[in-house]
Amino acid sequence: MQCQECGKRPATLHFTKIVNGEKTEFHICEACAREKGELIPGTSGGFSIHNLLSGLMEFHPGFQGQSAQTKPSEPLRCEECGLTYAQFSKIGRFGCSSCYKYFNNRLDPLFKRVHGNTVHVGKVPKRIGAHIQAERKIEDLRRELQDKIVQEEFEEAAAIRDQIRELEKKCSAESN
Amino acid sequence: MTSLRFTEQPLSEWMSRGGNESEIVMSTRVRIARNLIHHPFPMLSTNQQSEEILHLMEGVLSDEELKQFGKLIPVSMNELEELDKQILVEKHLISPNLANESRNGAVFISEDESLSVMVNEEDHLRIQCLYPGLQVQEAWEKAARVDDIFEKHVDYAFDANRGFLTSCPTNVGTGLRASVMMHLPALVLTQQINLILSAVSQVGLTVRGIYGEGSDAIGNLFQISNQITLGQSEAEIIENLYGVVLQIIEHEKNAREKLLHESRLRMTDRVMRSYGILSHAAIIDSKEAAQRLSDVRLGVDIGLIESLPAQVINELNVMTQPGYLRKQFGENLSPSERDMYRAKLIREKVGN
Repeated sequence: MQCQECGKRPATLHFTKIVNGEKTEFHICEACAREKGELIPGTSGGFSIHNLLSGLMEFHPGFQGQSAQTKPSEPLRCEECGLTYAQFSKIGRFGCSSCYKYFNNRLDPLFKRVHGNTVHVGKVPKRIGAHIQAERKIEDLRRELQDKIVQEEFEEAAAIRDQIRELEKKCSAESN
Repeated sequence: MTSLRFTEQPLSEWMSRGGNESEIVMSTRVRIARNLIHHPFPMLSTNQQSEEILHLMEGVLSDEELKQFGKLIPVSMNELEELDKQILVEKHLISPNLANESRNGAVFISEDESLSVMVNEEDHLRIQCLYPGLQVQEAWEKAARVDDIFEKHVDYAFDANRGFLTSCPTNVGTGLRASVMMHLPALVLTQQINLILSAVSQVGLTVRGIYGEGSDAIGNLFQISNQITLGQSEAEIIENLYGVVLQIIEHEKNAREKLLHESRLRMTDRVMRSYGILSHAAIIDSKEAAQRLSDVRLGVDIGLIESLPAQVINELNVMTQPGYLRKQFGENLSPSERDMYRAKLIREKVGN
């Protein structure tokens, strides 16, 4: 990816700025970043790319030994609730159930340390378990339905459609 | 507001039913943490989102199957006086977190107070079952049945790999915390307690003092609970805890026998002094009260005091807490007034 400022050098800095919920993404090279550093509004003392970099490095121990040219990635963030991984490790609480999905790659060492294990072997909820299975079945049938329509086998398609309706009715009845 | 029944009586009905090993194990508590999918956890919930959670959970209360556990009475934290909250905490019916930190927090309490379901605590749902004595299996089975009922109505956040997803990584998986409250005065007196406690921590269990979070155990009361929630089945967790508690009971019994055998006179002196102080003191602070009550409980358990039912001491453990005293004798009690009323209350209960 080229730097979005000069368009000449490759972009080595990628970060996201969120102001009042408005998200702006930056992909720039180091030279432009140094120039732009003063222009990016931030804290009262002025926003410095170097502060951002050192902040990131302090936080991720894995980055420390690496050279300054290493690409700092934008902070890992749960896209459902907005909690960043940094916030999570500071407060030690997940923000929502999707955090588990977005932070998944980082969680094994943590769970290993806390529990000595990483995988659940206990109770599986009856309905949700069944629900997940039914949803998968419906998805399969929908794909099949598409195929039948493409192949103009309408009679079979109608049968599959009825089957889907049946399953969907069952699902929603169970969840009421 | 009408008076809250749960803060009128010091002793929950379930406590008066006795239970296995009740001379050493006072109570068993099992709680399971659950959350709903597509809703932020309470920490990040807006007022509206937490209201919605409460609404969803209240909807479950009309379930027919739930009625087998007796009527569940919803109590909203927003409508509760500080003092009543404090008493519910002292009776272990709610957590300090629910009382002080929650947004639209609520608790559904069964009439006998053996089941309490907290909403919008750290997790959306916390199902808690309390049993007298050592009844870990029973408490788990009941909590699991309540869990199944809620699961019929609301969509739990569950992942095939990680299990039940919780706000704190220390609860993920089963979401199960089983704990047993033990009175271990002889292990403390014979200075074996630290050995036992460090051994316990090596098998995935933790020990806490009862009132107060630190390991500073007031009144020789210890809470043993499982630390691991991921990678062990509920049955394993329950069995592990049960097995270790049985061993601690054995050690405590041996220590009691040894004390009686080797220093009966000194034991009798200690127990009877405390009995005398509780029967006659005019001022007593909560720490001394807890210590003296522990001595007297031990005296009752090993037969040195015959005239006092153990139930009275259970009752006093709650009655001598600050919240309950303020409820009985006035909210604006100064600490010294509190110590005076505490002594009066104990005198009346123990002296007769």
